[in-house]
Amino acid sequence: MSRLKASLTPYLLLFPGTLWLAIFFVIPTVVMLSLSLQSGDVVNGYAFTFNWHSYVDGISTYHDQIIRSLVYGVISTVLQIVIGFPVAYWIAFKGGNRKSVYLFLLLLPFLVSFVLRTISWQFFLSDNGMLLGPLKSMGLVPQDFHILATSAAVIGGLAYNFLPFMILPMYVALERIDPRVLEAAQDLYASKLQTFLRVVLPLSLPGVFAGVLMTFVPATSDYVNASVLGGTSNTMIGNVIQNQFLVNQDYPIASALSFTLMALLLVGIFAYAKALGTEDVLEVAAR
Amino acid sequence: MKGGLLRGRGLQIYTWLVIAWLVLPIAVMILFGFNDTHGRYNTAWQGFTLKWYGKLFEIGDLTQALVNSLLIAVLTMLVAGVLGSLIGLALGRYRFRGSGAMNLVMFAAISCAEIVMGASLLSLFVTLAVPLGFWTILISHVMFSISFVAVTVRARVMTLDSSLEEAARDLGAGPWTTFRLVTLPMIFPGVMAGSMLAFALSIDDFVITNFNSGGTMTFPLWIWGATRVGLPPQVNVMGTLIFAAGVLIAVVNALMARRRS
Repeated sequence: MSRLKASLTPYLLLFPGTLWLAIFFVIPTVVMLSLSLQSGDVVNGYAFTFNWHSYVDGISTYHDQIIRSLVYGVISTVLQIVIGFPVAYWIAFKGGNRKSVYLFLLLLPFLVSFVLRTISWQFFLSDNGMLLGPLKSMGLVPQDFHILATSAAVIGGLAYNFLPFMILPMYVALERIDPRVLEAAQDLYASKLQTFLRVVLPLSLPGVFAGVLMTFVPATSDYVNASVLGGTSNTMIGNVIQNQFLVNQDYPIASALSFTLMALLLVGIFAYAKALGTEDVLEVAAR
Repeated sequence: MKGGLLRGRGLQIYTWLVIAWLVLPIAVMILFGFNDTHGRYNTAWQGFTLKWYGKLFEIGDLTQALVNSLLIAVLTMLVAGVLGSLIGLALGRYRFRGSGAMNLVMFAAISCAEIVMGASLLSLFVTLAVPLGFWTILISHVMFSISFVAVTVRARVMTLDSSLEEAARDLGAGPWTTFRLVTLPMIFPGVMAGSMLAFALSIDDFVITNFNSGGTMTFPLWIWGATRVGLPPQVNVMGTLIFAAGVLIAVVNALMARRRS
């Protein structure tokens, strides 16, 4: 009796949460797949017809936005690695007993709503705003110079918004490095550069991988930055999906584009994992 | 030479510059909550005032949106806190058939693009003709928070020594007593951390809420809707107060942790 109970316990613990995830996370994905294969319109309703047209139409109409999303996602992720790595390195090795203070400072943006932070940037960078207003009145930049409504503004916004998610896992990986390993490298006459390239960098890769996982997906699928900072000519696939779902209510096209985005993200992550030589993506991610 | 560069003072200055970059929009937000602007628009500096702190709740639908956000965040914290902790406990403590699949679902839910999650949940609600509003927002927030709570609690459970529970059982405690007096106090810091994470994720969420809100407003949704016409200073003040509360909780938390150790 007691043995039976023990073997049932984990399932009883899992049951309510798993049920919630099954109904509101797993099943909706299947529903969306079915929606993407339906045809019809918002007035007359939709019917399941195993119709691939939504995928063909969606991709051919919006390939610019799809490609732009991937490009912005990759560039902003690379920027975050480049900007964030030295910070993670310095805090991990030189932070001393104030490490937690620095980490707290890096997390401060999360205490302000994501939308509000992005709008705050829009305000700061606006054509005659806090930054450009004084520069223009001093004649340092031309009158028609603008930062908003450029791809640089969107990429900068994406890099800004997700940077802490990149720094934290890199920090965790670097912090775990045993100082004795570095001493061993020096005892074996490795130069500081060699130690960095052949010991520190490889040991930090799991952190970089986790960071990419946490930032590439939200950056590529984002529509807030493009809409607030990018004007009308830098729209991403997220803007299209949001517009088709919530404004046009063209559910088949919107679902097809969501699925395409999901597939592209999955392919991107697995290709990246493969290139990195990670044996099992899920194993690394599960840690 | 590069190794030397990485060690030097330059890197410290660089770290502070990155922190300044991260904090800049927050500083702008706080500053313009003190702007003595006239009318609803808050674009140019007009001088210092505290009047917006006095008129904080003058915009009725903004106040309602903030109340909705807080209410949904508290309910998410409670529901996802319990459901997620149970999953975390199961995954961290027991070996059982299906745990791999469960870990995979957790991973998928954490790494899934928010827009895809929001859109698929909307697909379900549209198909079943569920009216959108407060409850659908709550459902969606619990859905995306559960896995974060579970992962946090699982990490805590895995560091614990299960021999304490065996000792309790050897001393004649039943499973419920063991859970209440031994297991729960041990995992409680993880449960608290996970629940607070759920609160933070919920109150800040925009994308999934945007898809499943119908006409109901939350704080981020109201801000989003108002961007076209300009944000009133009350938004800056509310953002400032939420920020201040977050800093306060974090600092108190850190001081208490320091005193305990």
